Amino acid sequence: MPDTALSPAPEACAGFPIEEALCEIVSNDAVNAEYRLMIARAPEAALRARAGQFFHLLCPATEAGQPFLRRPMSIYRIDPARGEIGFLYKVTGKGTRGLATLRPGEMLNALGPLGRGFTLPADTRHVMILGRGVGLATMAPLARLAAESGAAVTAVLSARSPELVMSRGELEAAGARVIEVVDTDGSSAPEEMEPRLAALHAERAFDYIATCGSNRLFRLARGLARSWGIPGEIALEQHMGCGLGMCYACVIPVALPGGGEEYRRVCWDGPVFTLEEAKGW
Amino acid sequence: MVTNSAPDLSVRIGSLTLKNPVMPASGTIAEGMTQVIDMGRLGAIVLKTITPDLRQGTLPPRVAEYRDATLFSIGIPSKGPDYLLEHTLPAYAACDAPLVASVSADTAEDFGKLAAYISDPRIAAIEANISCPNLKADGRAFGMDPEATREVLERMVAATRIPVWAKLTPNVGDITVFARVAEEAGCEAVIVGNAILGMAVDAEAMRPRLGNVMGGLTGPAVKPILLRMVHQCAKAVQIPVIGCGGITGGEDAVEYMLAGATAVQVGTANFIRPHTMTEAVDWIADYCTRHGLSAAREITGALRPLHAPATAPTETV
Repeated sequence: MPDTALSPAPEACAGFPIEEALCEIVSNDAVNAEYRLMIARAPEAALRARAGQFFHLLCPATEAGQPFLRRPMSIYRIDPARGEIGFLYKVTGKGTRGLATLRPGEMLNALGPLGRGFTLPADTRHVMILGRGVGLATMAPLARLAAESGAAVTAVLSARSPELVMSRGELEAAGARVIEVVDTDGSSAPEEMEPRLAALHAERAFDYIATCGSNRLFRLARGLARSWGIPGEIALEQHMGCGLGMCYACVIPVALPGGGEEYRRVCWDGPVFTLEEAKGW
Repeated sequence: MVTNSAPDLSVRIGSLTLKNPVMPASGTIAEGMTQVIDMGRLGAIVLKTITPDLRQGTLPPRVAEYRDATLFSIGIPSKGPDYLLEHTLPAYAACDAPLVASVSADTAEDFGKLAAYISDPRIAAIEANISCPNLKADGRAFGMDPEATREVLERMVAATRIPVWAKLTPNVGDITVFARVAEEAGCEAVIVGNAILGMAVDAEAMRPRLGNVMGGLTGPAVKPILLRMVHQCAKAVQIPVIGCGGITGGEDAVEYMLAGATAVQVGTANFIRPHTMTEAVDWIADYCTRHGLSAAREITGALRPLHAPATAPTETV
């Protein structure tokens, strides 16, 4: 290596909390017909990830070629005791097809942890989680965060059909009460869910709502939060360039308190936004 | 005699001496990068373009990916000059590298006014982003018209004592014309160059893939084109040429320098491998050592001819 004496010491700029973490794959298996769970041994910086944050993954090449940009992936499991992080993902495009080829022992380059995660207000006693599809992956660490802060968690998992419900075990392991709603029996329809959730609220009041993965659930969550006068947050997605707030590709419009709207970066200002900032899609 | 002293990586860009030839392309780094790499190791830190007014930028989606390239259509979202002076400059105060501002405006007059407004001792150079539409010329980019380019750059040079660099657009017939205009206008360097105008279509959806329809193509796929333009410009002007286009590491940077660049800007690679720039600095130092060069500036223009110079035909009686 060349002499780098010409360069100032690394502490010239503030510390480097974000790393290109090299993670060794522990397992990478299908959990149902659509989703896979990837567990990787991660360095310490990566294990400091907070609920709602994400990693920007360098996806391996497939026969379709090397995905040029990284792919953002919300964190599904953070297990500092075992030194592992986990991602729950659906194989949909070039990037996730590449991830699916990773075998135990192979390395994954994960830039992160990135973004602003969930902010559970102090003294929160009862958290409602509303998640659907891949959005459920984002919710599991929040359930753990709530449990660690002494809050009870009720998680409503929405899916097209009962066999596609995910994260039940992960959420129950975090101490959450789990309720499943599905399209096949109509229980996932907002007009069916609303009275059920109102009954739960009457039984034991919620003081924070978090949602991810569905526009219908977002509207339901925002409506309930407004009528109950409680705060809530949503984790959002957008096509991303850099993941570090640099390229301004992943913007979404957010509502401003005084009216009007402006673009914010999902990767840097989010991916978690308040229910009042977020707009439907 | 073999010495083990580290090569001198410093380069001269007009009146500035940079400690090495590697810097980011405007719009490809922000404060977030200071949490990943030591920006103080860079030759300079080029900041995102600002405009006199506040701008939101283009409609999403703003990025489309190709093999070895991306199309970005961002549209210069800008928080204005006061935000630059009050928030952006302090964010890099701890980084031991000169800061280069980048400016754009709707009229040549506003380019000049903006350069004057941000003439702050914390700014080492001002880059003119002339690839934006000129509102007084039907939206045609300033940088695609030699006279509009001249007017913008002359106004900026007259308006500030800070060195002005011109970032040229490759979307022109003969880029050397624009490099000469920049030199004549008093610029201390030209950057060659900005993104190549392109477009992406989603066949299945029968729609454009970018909210703005058209965008700038960047990444390794464009390198041969920009490398050729750097080579042409370096022969056309005396002022330093800063190469920019698809650089993913030290080897690409050295290729640009051999073709005539004095320094380089790294863009899209920052989005994928944030350590690209600092690793490129190390790679260039190693290259100098391997090739027996005591200074990186010796690389500039050192391209050797592939064939021996043509000799006169031998006389045959």
